[in-house]
Amino acid sequence: MKIKVLYFASVREKLGKDAEEIELPAGVATVAGLRSHLRLRGGAWAEALADGRLLRTAVNQDMAQAGAAIKAGDEVAFFPPVTGG
Amino acid sequence: MRISVQSEDFDLGAEVKAISGNPKIGAVASFVGLVRDNAMTLEHYPGMTERAIGKIVEEAKSRWQVMDCTVIHRHGALKPNDQIVLVAVASGHRGDAFAACEFIMDYLKTQAPFWKKEQTPEGVRWVEAKTTDDQAAERWTENSRPVAK
Repeated sequence: MKIKVLYFASVREKLGKDAEEIELPAGVATVAGLRSHLRLRGGAWAEALADGRLLRTAVNQDMAQAGAAIKAGDEVAFFPPVTGG
Repeated sequence: MRISVQSEDFDLGAEVKAISGNPKIGAVASFVGLVRDNAMTLEHYPGMTERAIGKIVEEAKSRWQVMDCTVIHRHGALKPNDQIVLVAVASGHRGDAFAACEFIMDYLKTQAPFWKKEQTPEGVRWVEAKTTDDQAAERWTENSRPVAK
């Protein structure tokens, strides 16, 4: 199951990456699951996506909660709380 | 309804005029946000930004009489006193125009995916989200504000 993952602002800078396509392992089916899965990469990933860090997530360009489901072809984005306006 | 995420500046007078043509419109309320203190760069999530603002405008239309509306948000490099954001709402009467304009701004602050990176005298830093912005958006869910008629 392939999905697209995007990173913005301070998250993008910490990870040194703005977008990637990844193959989700079996058993990863939610935003929280994906976040844990990406943390396994260690280093900056473990730090930027740590549980204690306040992040927002979007699935297919709508704000999504940690329990939101992810399916093949989805676009999932991780970013800090927004500061526009 | 017009939503634009752009690097170019905008002209408040022209934008207000553009939504004022209908003779049923008796009020246009507008808000312009400016860069305060420090130069900054605004990053956003192309696609989601327009979508998120569109949803906020739809929500405003469901709550108040909104006959026309323009939301413009700039991105890229901005300097102190530059215009960042415009919300203009046209309605039959001022109550709805004021309320919808403020509601759109409050929700935009917490829901639209923009991030400010400031150049401060101490160096470059990402602006932290404010809890006061969350509180400003939340008050619209408490029915604590009278619905103006």
